[in-house]
This record gives sequence, structure tokens and C-alpha cells, in this order.
Amino acid sequence: MADAADKTNGRTGEELPQPDPAGYFEGESMSRRRALTVAGQAVGGIAGAIIVLPAVGFALAPIFKKPDELWEAVGPTSRFTPDTYKPVVFTLVEGIGEAGKTTAFVRQGSPKYGEKSTDYVAITTRCAHLGCPVNFVAAAKSFVCPCHGGVYDFEGKVLGGPPVRPLDRFQTRVVKGQVQIGPRYSVTSQLEPVRYRDPGEYTGGIWNYIYPPRPDTPPAP
Amino acid sequence: MKIPDVLIPPPLKKPHRPGQEGPNGGDPLGPVKEAPADLVGWLDERTGGASFLTGMLYRKVPKGTNWFYTLGSATLFAFVVQATTGVFLAMYYDPSPTQAYASVTHLTNDVFLGEFVRGMHKWGASVMIILIYLHMARTFVFGAYKYPRELNWIIGVTLLILTMIMGFTGYLLPFDQRSFWATVVGVNINGTGPFVGPYLSDFLRGGAEFGPATLTRFYSIHMLLVPGLIIALIGAHLYLVVKLGTTAPPWLHPKRTKATVREERV
Repeated sequence: MADAADKTNGRTGEELPQPDPAGYFEGESMSRRRALTVAGQAVGGIAGAIIVLPAVGFALAPIFKKPDELWEAVGPTSRFTPDTYKPVVFTLVEGIGEAGKTTAFVRQGSPKYGEKSTDYVAITTRCAHLGCPVNFVAAAKSFVCPCHGGVYDFEGKVLGGPPVRPLDRFQTRVVKGQVQIGPRYSVTSQLEPVRYRDPGEYTGGIWNYIYPPRPDTPPAP
Repeated sequence: MKIPDVLIPPPLKKPHRPGQEGPNGGDPLGPVKEAPADLVGWLDERTGGASFLTGMLYRKVPKGTNWFYTLGSATLFAFVVQATTGVFLAMYYDPSPTQAYASVTHLTNDVFLGEFVRGMHKWGASVMIILIYLHMARTFVFGAYKYPRELNWIIGVTLLILTMIMGFTGYLLPFDQRSFWATVVGVNINGTGPFVGPYLSDFLRGGAEFGPATLTRFYSIHMLLVPGLIIALIGAHLYLVVKLGTTAPPWLHPKRTKATVREERV
């Protein structure tokens, strides 16, 4: 009795050409199913990359952005003396209001420390341990950090506590009798300038490679 | 009272049963009473959700299951509280460096129940950290991380790290002195990692200095990126809990069978 659903009319398929190996016809190195699978995955991968790569680049772009060089006048040369620091406030980052301002301690260069009296020294308030704001204590002629007890001498070299290097400095110049403060730079324990590092990172010798310089920081003077 | 037959839409008509008069067995409120069951039946027929929920909620638990086993659910509840309050805080918060502090002050002092919602989010964050550690301690002490549940332990540790990232990024958002300096210190601790540390710090700040991009970056990580990852991983975590079942407390010694011997060896 014939099955109504049977549309083969008794043919078994034996008389049709049989691919060998199964699924591959003559001259094919890849079955159609496999070719379509690979093509589908490739298209999906390209579509995914088109979305993901720009997004990742968008998030990472600031790391490679060259900084603008900002110079700001902080007062006449007569305001600063070689024997003590005066605090000055200036804008470090533009566009974020008060949060972008920072304080630096400025003095005139002193022959006592091998500096010219026409130069000016600007020392950051940012502790070289983890970035808390240090204060200059005039009576002790030293910088003291309130967070973890870092202490620095008059030149900003470490006297005690956890800081890993001397206090960072800012480039200075004199324009029309006004002292101007510019880009930040770090120093080694011998006060040699190096490209600016974040707090907590050692400087000098092999440390300059273990904590590599970043493209978004200004070059050392 | 009898509703005329023509007014009852066909889906609400009950088949006529012998011995009963009229449609709906003579009860005019019949269709209304049956409506909840009908709705559930309608959904279940199209989703198969009932068998899934039955399998999840009525799964067998070992003898000796006790209150310590609720710490995971408690952590989940803490996360749900954080997510809910966070959504409402985001309605008033302004992630710009010049406006953030003012918007938080406004939210806390002026908005109706603002202090309460912000308080729930603030204290709930600490509660979630405490609960997640207690949950982890329970898993460790009961030996529930062993074969075949190692993957769930790994997912759980990832969730712990993500929760810490939530704490770190959320701390900056009020943008007062404390949160600003805590973030400066936290980012600089990141930077002390050799080789990649400086670049990781730059990525977090969106530049070499704490700048205009930093707060928005933290806000985006805090309310979009990490919560999405947490929700996905909680899903995987729960799936494995349901699939593998929970362990009996270590003071109960089950009978040794072939299946449990491997569990003991590993």
C-alpha cells in the first residue's frame, strides 16, 4: 500500500551521482555547507570589528594625545626670594573649573644649591608617594605630606616616609619681569630632569624603563 | 444575573458541560475568576516558562541546608537595591566637573526623599561588599568551590573584583574633596604597576592629568560598563548554581558512591 506522503515514487536515490567524500562534489575542495559557514563567520567577524575597534580606539585615544603647552604668569620676579617658597595658584587643566587648578611653591634660584639667581624654581604640591598635596613648613624648611607622612627637604629631596623620588617641578621662565610656570617634569634622586611620571613611580636608571614615559606627557626640559 | 451569551467574547466562553446550565456553568463571574489562570496558561503555552521556573524554584537541596546558604541571595538583593536606587540618582546627577558637586547637594538637600535614596545607595554599597565577602567565606569554609564548581568560584571572584571597581568608580561621583583625593590616590596606586601601570592610569583619567574626561569616564564605567558585566555574570553564576546544585555542609558525610569519590579526590 502506497504511502501518501511518499513523494519518491519508489526511487531510492541510488541512481543519482553520489558525492565522494560525502557532501563534496567533483572538483570541490570544500562542501557548500562549510563554505557558507566560513563566509558567514567572516562577515560576522568583520561586522563585529567595525563596531568594536572604533569604540576601543575612542576610549584609548587620550593616552596618545600630545598635551598643549600651557604657560601662566604667577607674579613679578620681585615677589620671590631665594631663601623661602611662596605658594602660587595656577591652572593645570583647562575646562574643569576649580578642580583643574593646582598650587606650586616658587622661589628664586640660589647659588647655594648651584642655581643661577636669574632662574626660578617651582616645586609641585603633589606628593611623590601617591599624589596627596604637600605643604611647605617654613620653620622646618621642609615639605610635609598629610596623608602618609612623607617629608622632603628644601630642594624637594626625600628626607623620610614612603615617597619614592623627589618632588616634581615645573619649568619656569621670565617674560617681561613676570615669572611664568609651564609644563611639569619629574626629577631623579640627583635632581636630574626626566619626563614627567605619576606619583609612586621611581625615576632614574632602570626605573625609567620599568615605568616607561607616556606619549601624553610633555618632554623633559 | 446572567450575561447574555452574545456579549461574552468567544475566548472567554467555557465549554458547555453536562449538568450545568448555559455557558460558563451558569456562573456569570466564571470567566473573571478563571482569568489569572488563563493568562498564566496563555504565557506558559507560548514560552514553556512554567517548567523552567518549576525546575529552578523546586530543585532539590541537600540535607543540612541552613541560613548561611542565603548569603548569595542577600548579595543579589543588595545589587538589585544598588541598581534601582542608582537609576533614580542618575535622574538628578550631572557628571560635569563644574556641576557634579552642586547636583549632588541639590539631590540630597532639595529633592523629595533624595537624602533617603542617596543614603540607600551609599550604605547599600558597603552592605553589598560585606555580604559578598561573607558569601565568599561561606563558599570557602564549606568547601563549595571544589569539583565540579570551580568555574562558579572563578565567576564569583570576577564578580567580587567588578564590585570593587563599582566601589572605586562610584566614590568619585559626589566630587567633594574626599572623593577627589581618594581617586587621585587610587589611580596613582594603579600607576605603580610595572610597565603597564602608567598607561592604565592614563586610561582611567583619560589623559596624563585628572581632567575633563575623568569624571565622565568614571560615571560611564560605574553606571553602564560594569553593571552590564555584573548582570551577565550573575546570570552565569545562577545558571551554574541551578545546574550543579548546592553542596551539603561539610559536617554531613554522604554515603560514598562512585560519583562522589571523584569529588573527594579533587
